[in-house]
Amino acid sequence: MIDSVRRAVNRLLSFFRKEPLDQELNAEMASHLEFAIEENLKKGMSREEARRQALIRFGGIAQARQQHRETRGLPVLDVFLQDLRFTLRTLRRDRAFTTVAVLILGLGIGANVVVFSVVNTILLRPLPFPNSHELVWIAPPVQKCGMSCETYSADAFDQFRALSKSYQGVTGYMAFSTADNLRLTGRGPVPVPATGIEVIGNFFQVLGVQPALGRLFTPEETLHGAHPVVLLTDHWWRRQFAADPAIVGKEIDLNGTPSTVVGVLPASFDFGAVFSPGAKIDAFTAEILDDERTWGNIVTMIGRLKPGVTLGQAQAEGLLVEPHLCWSVKRPESCGSYGGKGHSMQLRTLKDYVSGRLRRSLIVLWCAVGLILLIVCVNLSNLLLARAASRTKEFAMRTALGASRSRLVRQLLTESLVLSSAGALLGLGLAFTLIAWLAHQGSIALPLLSSIRIDASALAWTILIAIAAAAFFGLAPGLKMSSGNVQEALKDSGPGTSEGRKHERVRSVLVISEVALACVLLIGAGLLMRSFLKVLDIDLGFQPEHAASIKVEYDDDAPTDEAKAAKLSVIFQQILERIKALPGVEAAGMADFLPLGQNREWGTPTPKGKTFAPGTLPGPLVYVITPGFVEAMGMRLHGRDFAWSDNLKSEPVVMINASAARVYWPGEDAVGKFLTNGSQDLRVVGVVDDIHADTVEGQPGWQIYYPATQQKPAGIQLVIRTALPPTALAGSVLHALRELNPKQPAAEFRSIRTIVDRAVSPRRFFVLLVSIFAEFGLILATLGIYGVISYSVAQQTQEIGIRMALGATQGHVLREVMRKTMILAITGIMLGTVASVVVGRWIASLLFGTKPTDPVTFAGMVLVMMVVALIAGYIPARRAARIDPMVALRGN
Amino acid sequence: MGESKLDLLQGTLDLMVLQTLAAMGSQHGYGIARRIEQVSGDAVLLNQGTIYASLVRLQQRGWISAEWGTSDNNRKAKFYAITAEGRKQLAEDAAYWKRLAGVMGRVLSMEQEGGNS
Repeated sequence: MIDSVRRAVNRLLSFFRKEPLDQELNAEMASHLEFAIEENLKKGMSREEARRQALIRFGGIAQARQQHRETRGLPVLDVFLQDLRFTLRTLRRDRAFTTVAVLILGLGIGANVVVFSVVNTILLRPLPFPNSHELVWIAPPVQKCGMSCETYSADAFDQFRALSKSYQGVTGYMAFSTADNLRLTGRGPVPVPATGIEVIGNFFQVLGVQPALGRLFTPEETLHGAHPVVLLTDHWWRRQFAADPAIVGKEIDLNGTPSTVVGVLPASFDFGAVFSPGAKIDAFTAEILDDERTWGNIVTMIGRLKPGVTLGQAQAEGLLVEPHLCWSVKRPESCGSYGGKGHSMQLRTLKDYVSGRLRRSLIVLWCAVGLILLIVCVNLSNLLLARAASRTKEFAMRTALGASRSRLVRQLLTESLVLSSAGALLGLGLAFTLIAWLAHQGSIALPLLSSIRIDASALAWTILIAIAAAAFFGLAPGLKMSSGNVQEALKDSGPGTSEGRKHERVRSVLVISEVALACVLLIGAGLLMRSFLKVLDIDLGFQPEHAASIKVEYDDDAPTDEAKAAKLSVIFQQILERIKALPGVEAAGMADFLPLGQNREWGTPTPKGKTFAPGTLPGPLVYVITPGFVEAMGMRLHGRDFAWSDNLKSEPVVMINASAARVYWPGEDAVGKFLTNGSQDLRVVGVVDDIHADTVEGQPGWQIYYPATQQKPAGIQLVIRTALPPTALAGSVLHALRELNPKQPAAEFRSIRTIVDRAVSPRRFFVLLVSIFAEFGLILATLGIYGVISYSVAQQTQEIGIRMALGATQGHVLREVMRKTMILAITGIMLGTVASVVVGRWIASLLFGTKPTDPVTFAGMVLVMMVVALIAGYIPARRAARIDPMVALRGN
Repeated sequence: MGESKLDLLQGTLDLMVLQTLAAMGSQHGYGIARRIEQVSGDAVLLNQGTIYASLVRLQQRGWISAEWGTSDNNRKAKFYAITAEGRKQLAEDAAYWKRLAGVMGRVLSMEQEGGNS
């Protein structure tokens, strides 16, 4: 065993020491002959005879040397290097071909590497936590009532944690934090807005995140009355605190309260990437559940399973625990309110929660890009065949000189390997650029995207597809070429003979398959594109154009609730008056939450005087708004808007959306009717059209609006409608807010359009990529058609010349060539259309408002394909028609 | 013409070289080749040149070592010597060959008894 290893190592070493080893062997053989001659001389031979005999006994010197080299070195590698040198020489000579081939391969492989990296990051790689397979997301399935139905109250959370035995730890975070909810003061002239998340004390321990500096939260810090503590994220620590290494232990002012920095989290921990795609979180504070007992459903639940406990076991246990959970332990009637038909908790792995819903899209994307690689390979096969035709004689000559068939195939495979390696390098370069760009696209709401990179598995994938591609596009032409008849090929003295025809048939089949594949891609992309347009066309219930929002800080400190409400009312009126007075502002209003952002639900109001079976009434999403908000958002209202005179002293009023109204009072006008929440009657003063509050694509649920003068809002977003570009107003709005409240931080001025864009960004991302692939496929198929037709025209120059000399007109020739083009194109398109019907059905779940067999898309894409094919064929056809018979006939 | 010379079976030359070196001690290529020819009574068809492929193979396996030196008649030559590992290998291979030769002999003689020609 050891000697085989030693021999292998020695052979490899010898490979790099050819020269000295050869010289030594020469010296050894020379001395050998000297010995032999000397002995022969002693036997009495003449000098010449002695030498002759010595050489005879030795055998061939050249053979011995060759045998020695093959024994000591690596003949396979020698041959490979020979092939490589030869390949590089021939490719350098054929520069145009090489450039086109490498470019096509580079694009194809690059696209594959990018998509693989996206798929790997989001779907394949485990979440960036140790033993992340143990982490589970504990919540009922997604429902219309938004986050409130996926979260638990402080009491329920504590109960679940105490009753469940399946977990090493249960944790969670406050689900209703908004962006810029923190105000950092005392560091510069104006307060700095920041985004913080309240987490259960053991959050990082359960996830397995270690601090880069300092420590994590302690249990004492989550008790009522504890001194506020904060953990900084790496990027905020660097940006805001200049990476101060002594930050731990220092006090910073957050929302006017001094908080102690206990630690800095590692750069590898990105909360937003996992839990709320695209969001940038700056700091984490410890959630004090005792202070939040009456806040309702606020925390998410995440558990880490004990080793050996399966998801199924935990789920079974969860269903047993669920009926014991109380919304509030102080209200016994609220016990057992969790769960119920269709609302029972449904455990999922955290990974599934984060990326499960993207699985189908990503797989489709992966298939699309695989299709591209297939088209690339077919195209290259085609190009190589064309090249092979012109190299037939070279190969015939080499066969005649003794090259074996396997040697020729090996030579051709080396060639394709070199091409695909060059393509892979180019592709990797492209992929690196694109992925670096993608990693910084906060506007694409895809989870984990910020951690995308080309890692070892992406490199391995690149190598794999490069080799597979090389084998695929190199083998067919290789076998085809080396099987040629030597004699025939050597005799064949010019173009236009039968050998060319045989090649042409293979090439036609390749082109047809290329067209078919491109057609599938094109129709698939068309269906997705049409879905995307349909999504953009959705009536959201509000006008995202010409509107913008900014988070407003206010001080509502007052001794009693009444005084607070009165104070708020004054502040809001002041702000809105100032803002409306700004030039360019058409309308302004405020709400605590905006559509497509955070949302929540409070209880279930019922229409007064009606009874509904339990569980049939909706729990509407709640928005607390000021007068003017409906107008500023561009919502449609029936009835009246809230007025400033709706206050704590007047009758409680609400607005509901049309869907809720239809359920509460079917067939009647809801305006003027009363809802009751158990303790109070609420007059419905207005009905607004449904807005897409939760998702753009889903059906809107039920919504209820309370006036900010009667219900305390959870923070305030100011919405402004303007004919000017929203950014043009940012300065003056902020200035006005600062005048009223110097503590107003420099919060971001977001146009409502960007909020909608963010919500549709995953679909936009997929559509964009698939369309790019489809266009690339179209270009490749066009190149394929062009290549085959122009090659056949070149081959038939003589034939066409003769026919023209015999009286064929230019029109005849043109029509003839075009007919050939059309046969290729139509066959391919027909096959592609049939395949597309199957593919369409497969991607049906990704479509929106578009049938998998949408005739408009099919017809449109087929038309595009036809037109492009016609153009691809027309260029060589015109060249054929312009052949000068005299020149063509003289040509050979 | 007498009997035609024996073609060497694959691998047998290596064994012969090892045995020669074990018996004669350090020796150069020509010496080894001559020795094999002499011992075999010139019955082996040996192109002396082929011995060098065998020598490099054995050397790469670590069974023999090589060193340039000077011969008795003052000529520079590369001298080969068997190593301890080589001796072990030789013992194994020789035992194998002897067993194989014995078996072959018995099998072939059985056929002669059975034949009636």
